Amino acid sequence: MRDLLDWLDHRTGYRALLRGALYERIPGGARWRYIWGSTLVFAMVVQLITGLVLWSAYSANAQGAWESVWFIQNQMTGGWLLRGIHHYMAQVTIVLLVLHLMQVLIDGAYRAPREVNFWFGLILLQLVLALSLTGYLLPWDQKGYWATKVATSIASMTPVVGPSLQQLLVGGSEYGHHTLTRFFVLHAGVLPAGVALLIVGHIYLFRRHGVTVPKNAAEKPDGYFWPEQVLKDSVASLIVMATVLGLVLWSGGAHLGAPADPAEPYAAARPDWYFLFLFQWLKYFPAGWEVVGAQVIPGLVLALVAAMPIIGGWRYGHRFNLGVGAALLAGVVMLTWQARVEDAADPDFAVAKAEADALAHRASELAGASTGIPAAGGLAMMRSDPLTQGPKIFEANCAQCHRFDGHDGLGGQPSEAASASDLAGFGSRAWLAGLLDPARVATDEYFGGTAHDRGRMVRFVQRGVAGFTPEVRDDLDKVIMAVSAEAALPGQAELDAAQEAEILEGRALIASEAINCVRCHTFRDMTEGDVGPVLTGWGSRAWMLGMLHDPTDERYYGEDNDRMPSFGADESLTSAEMGLVVDWLRGDWTSQHTPEP
Amino acid sequence: MTEYLERESANEAGGVDELASDTNAGEGRRSFLTGVSALAVGALATLAPVGAAIAAIFDPLRRASDERDLVLVARLSAVPEDGSPRKFTVTADRTDAWATYSETPVGAVYLRRVGEDIRALNVVCPHAGCFVGIAPDRSRFACPCHRSSFDLDGVVNDPSSPSPRDMDTLDVEIRNEDEVWVQFQNFLPGRKDKTPV
Repeated sequence: MRDLLDWLDHRTGYRALLRGALYERIPGGARWRYIWGSTLVFAMVVQLITGLVLWSAYSANAQGAWESVWFIQNQMTGGWLLRGIHHYMAQVTIVLLVLHLMQVLIDGAYRAPREVNFWFGLILLQLVLALSLTGYLLPWDQKGYWATKVATSIASMTPVVGPSLQQLLVGGSEYGHHTLTRFFVLHAGVLPAGVALLIVGHIYLFRRHGVTVPKNAAEKPDGYFWPEQVLKDSVASLIVMATVLGLVLWSGGAHLGAPADPAEPYAAARPDWYFLFLFQWLKYFPAGWEVVGAQVIPGLVLALVAAMPIIGGWRYGHRFNLGVGAALLAGVVMLTWQARVEDAADPDFAVAKAEADALAHRASELAGASTGIPAAGGLAMMRSDPLTQGPKIFEANCAQCHRFDGHDGLGGQPSEAASASDLAGFGSRAWLAGLLDPARVATDEYFGGTAHDRGRMVRFVQRGVAGFTPEVRDDLDKVIMAVSAEAALPGQAELDAAQEAEILEGRALIASEAINCVRCHTFRDMTEGDVGPVLTGWGSRAWMLGMLHDPTDERYYGEDNDRMPSFGADESLTSAEMGLVVDWLRGDWTSQHTPEP
Repeated sequence: MTEYLERESANEAGGVDELASDTNAGEGRRSFLTGVSALAVGALATLAPVGAAIAAIFDPLRRASDERDLVLVARLSAVPEDGSPRKFTVTADRTDAWATYSETPVGAVYLRRVGEDIRALNVVCPHAGCFVGIAPDRSRFACPCHRSSFDLDGVVNDPSSPSPRDMDTLDVEIRNEDEVWVQFQNFLPGRKDKTPV
């Protein structure tokens, strides 16, 4: 063994290198206050390890980014932990950087001959912030997408070169595949290489100048880097890691929003917390002055910080620097706090955040369902989900007259009162029972606000049904079961199957003397007068699509149609949109266990 | 100012004890314990990220290979009457990591008539996984990569052929008179026996 090591040393001189690396003399001995730089190196190494493995599973394209991150998070062994560590270590790194910088300021460690190293550190700080910014976009979820749009918009405001700069960053005029490939090459290639080079330079210069020893250290004996300081550094790194793991477990892992959608608003768009102060800062600049707020002032502040080593050489310069540092920190803390307070007090933000969370949850649920993510990607998956799209289509096209469970589909209230039936549960037994309830048929849940409010159906219910004997009442219940079974609602499938006998009975009773639906409605081969909508397949997908297509068709209301538009015949809705709203109303979407929004 | 360390160099510090041998015995022991503690604590700090990284890297090993039922490959009438082979694309539903595809190409087979029967051969060469071609005179299969040669039944027909086994036969079923259904499968190359991937 010894011979082998001798051989190696003769060829490489590793012993001298190791001796140099480990036995650096530390005047006054190892100290806890020297740990900050080491924890940062530790953080960078962790980011390198986790980042490389994430890279092995990540796909940088607009139909693969969200999808592959979802896969890492939910399908890969240890993926959630890997991504969680990478995500939270990035945030902890920024805290450590600020602490490191503060300590350098307080100790005056930036003064000659350490100016260049201070500048290296400042550049490192900016590279790390750039890593955070580029990394934020890579999951290609709503949050990253819209938050990064703000950043590239700010870049576009740069005088003269702005628009070109933005186009270069984005890889074209629109966000897309090349935005991701370019951000990814920055995030995983250019910026880490820059960080690595600067860390080497930073450590080299640090070794050249040695630690900045506090005044009271002189009495204590000197120590060495190995092993005393290494032990302290290791303990500090362990605490950093424990903090990160605590954050991962407490938060349940790094968040992944719904897939990026350029056509859907994201009112909860916020940068990560360490950029919140800039976000808040921008609110104070009126139109036309954004460049001043986002570029000129931060640039001047950075220039002032960069000048600190020189200012520090003047009389009272160090105190001035400390004052500037304290003021900047206080300003950042105040702006961050202000941003939080404003969001907390804003009910719209809370709603937007809850909506975003619900969509994120839904996206993940769809991706994990047996149907999986289609080849067209997560956005197409969300766009073809009735549960997500149905309420929006309903709100935009139906809620002028109809309601869904008393609201407009999205939980709001239109300005006009309801003037057509409430379609929540349409097709179900409960919905039909309400229609056939003398007390309810003429309310705005059913025909109240329509031209049919004194029509034959309402009269039948108010006069006929109201006078039914208990026996006929029982028969009516079976008729309700039979007609509702025509809808073949997924949510009622088990019940329909279990009560097949009653349903068969009900079908026969539709034409019975007392009830006699077929006097006005056609049911299968039974009809006496085709006045009202056909009951064959009533409430089924095909029946509802036909109704949406053209309610004036003789199968539906014919000439008696009130105000219901012919969405399909007029081409005001596409067949895909009609399918989505019908599937939503029928509760027909992937995974039936999902609570309605 | 603070202290830096390339952590890896600390972990490789095999010769540390000798280097510290000039200190006296008690100090040496204390220093040794400190060193061991430093390495242990350092290792503990990297445990979670390294563990998660290893778990994720080895994740593919726990993914089961696609299990497919028979798939409809062709109409009987499309297979040449004269017994010469013809290539057909096999399409099937497939989940590729996160993405699900329906009816996407997953491979190809050679179909040929042998009397009343239909025989199916996987086009992949059992030697090193190349796509085996049909020789220009249509008398045999020839691999363009390393010159494996097979007769029309897929049997190795040249002693200098590097393929360790015959071409992989696949189960065929005729359904509804004229539908050719094939049990499509890939097998590990380079082995004497036919082992499913």
